[in-house]
Amino acid sequence: MEKFTKITGVAAPMPLVNIDTDMIIPKQFLKTIKRSGLGVNLFDEMRYNDDGTEKPDFVLNKPAYRKAEIIVAGENFGCGSSREHAPWALLDFGIRCVISTSYADIFYNNCFKNGILPIVLPAEQVAVLMEDAEKGQNARISVDLEAQQVTAADGEVFKFEIDPFKKHCLLNGLDDIGLTMNKATSIDKFEAQAAATRPWV
Amino acid sequence: MTTPKTLYDKIWDAHVADEAEDGTCLLYIDRHLVHEVTSPQAFEGLRMAGRKVRAPDKTIAVPDHNVPTTLDRLEGIKNEESKIQVDALDKNAKDFGIHYYPVSDVRQGIVHIVGPEQGWTLPGMTVVCGDSHTATHGAFGALAHGIGTSEVEHVLATQTLIQKKSKNMKVEITGKLRPGVTAKDITLSVIGATGTAGGTGYVIEYCGEAIRDLSMEGRMTVCNMAIEGGARAGLIAPDEKTFEYVMGRPHAPKGAQWEAALAWWKTLYTDEGAHFDKVVTLKGEDIAPVVTWGTSPEDVLPITGKVPAPEDFKGGKVEAAKRSLDYMGLTPGTPLSEIKIDTVFIGSCTNGRIEDLRAAAAILKGKKVKDGLRAMIVPGSGLVRAQAEEEGLAEIFTEAGFEWRLAGCSMCLAMNPDQLAPGERCAATSNRNFEGRQGRGGRTHLMSPAMAAAAAITGHLTDVRDLM
Ligand code: SF4
Repeated sequence: MEKFTKITGVAAPMPLVNIDTDMIIPKQFLKTIKRSGLGVNLFDEMRYNDDGTEKPDFVLNKPAYRKAEIIVAGENFGCGSSREHAPWALLDFGIRCVISTSYADIFYNNCFKNGILPIVLPAEQVAVLMEDAEKGQNARISVDLEAQQVTAADGEVFKFEIDPFKKHCLLNGLDDIGLTMNKATSIDKFEAQAAATRPWV
Repeated sequence: MTTPKTLYDKIWDAHVADEAEDGTCLLYIDRHLVHEVTSPQAFEGLRMAGRKVRAPDKTIAVPDHNVPTTLDRLEGIKNEESKIQVDALDKNAKDFGIHYYPVSDVRQGIVHIVGPEQGWTLPGMTVVCGDSHTATHGAFGALAHGIGTSEVEHVLATQTLIQKKSKNMKVEITGKLRPGVTAKDITLSVIGATGTAGGTGYVIEYCGEAIRDLSMEGRMTVCNMAIEGGARAGLIAPDEKTFEYVMGRPHAPKGAQWEAALAWWKTLYTDEGAHFDKVVTLKGEDIAPVVTWGTSPEDVLPITGKVPAPEDFKGGKVEAAKRSLDYMGLTPGTPLSEIKIDTVFIGSCTNGRIEDLRAAAAILKGKKVKDGLRAMIVPGSGLVRAQAEEEGLAEIFTEAGFEWRLAGCSMCLAMNPDQLAPGERCAATSNRNFEGRQGRGGRTHLMSPAMAAAAAITGHLTDVRDLM
């Protein structure tokens, strides 16, 4: 997994609430058996016409946002299906950070497994960043994971909370499975004890 | 005196294999269910790292999302990409030695229907699957999470999940339901009341007389949609109905093990005075048959209501409602019961069980589907299908003009050929009404099987009580 330390860049504004994973990556693209290559279909139904041409009004099709690395989104981003194809598609497009007031649980977790930082901020602060995002190239936002802060275009700093373990893994690009495997003795012990107390499992 | 615990606390405590100082836990997983869409990348990851499945005996796979539900499906899957995914699952199940129900097996079906049916899901277990509707299994008093593909790989390799404990939320439905009101109306009404983010960060325990009165099928319907309410999982304490449902299932414990299991299961309830971080109470008698009007499962109204206007909402929801109404092609103020439909879909892991089919058949018996309407029933598993045929339900459906399909997810998410055309409007018993969920441009109204059956007869959204 790629590390996440700091980024500074253009943020795409997506003020809609309840953006679900079906919108982020519609199901017809879930038939892949790979993790890569989903970026072109990110937000497919919002982004393209039926004939495959781009909808010029959609934010990621506007010249200013074609290389956006951050999305500032309305509340409850990533709700719906558990598909990890959603963060895979975001990552493949080049999005490394999402900023919103809230996320659906599974999506939130899935981001961390893929080097994407989902930041939660209060509504007033998200509103400031949304305004920045609307300005496109003229307002770059900086995100610093180590310091746990977002810096708006005018220099205003917003602190955010993050689980220390998730932060550690993201900063160092650590693979969860490897870490858990180091705890094999605990798992062995638990399994032996469970086999005695709940043998029917 | 020990501190009183919730049901969630008890199951959680029984599965912590390791706890770090910051409260991050390794939760041991008793059952891992696998389907073809969210698992290929996980198995590929195992192969690349040279890892094995740690507990193949606790891992069960079944293809469901992509499989065609037409009678000719054993001749092969025509869509090349779907075929590749199903073939990949065949191969992965064989290579890694996990339990498997292939498309050709009568026990094949939607993973959340097959698990309980085969007795894999038992009270007090931890159950995960790379699918958000894993919440369904909470009906047994099992802690059941949907997980992402990286987590699927993590569970395959380690039989554990890295988790932090959620908060406890109690949803109590008091009293009795009125006639024509079902488990689906309960679960939709709860989401209507709390919103799709209302449960975020919580595990919900559903309780109260109306929940106790539900069958196991109904309880599964309620827990199934805990995820639409934003919760990580839904739970219902096991009781005699649960034990009776489980007893004798192929993978349920037998003999002395059954007795031992039962003794433990009977301790699985929330202690008097245990703490909940949030409590929501609904009166059973206040719940009406409901439908959704928009593109979020929280867009719920009684069928006697009218299409709302964007101005009826606040904040970001105003814009979302505008977009929903536009997408759904609806005018504010229209009575919901005047909305004409093109298609009826009865099935899915929310409402594809035998009881759901019985409820639909009770309305459809001796009636005909409205002219020009497409209507299909997709049983949740091959065994549900067989039982419905034995009970004579299948005949009622086909005589009414419904297509009688083989088991799978089908038009719930339209990954197989069962899809809505742009602008087509569907009365559906599934769980999601998102834009494009049932096919690009398709319009979905969620409701109970009885309500969907009523709509099939009249050709518009209908109050089922008028036909009872
Ligand atoms: S029936 Fe629908 S919700 Fe259930 S598992 Fe299948 S696709 Fe998911």
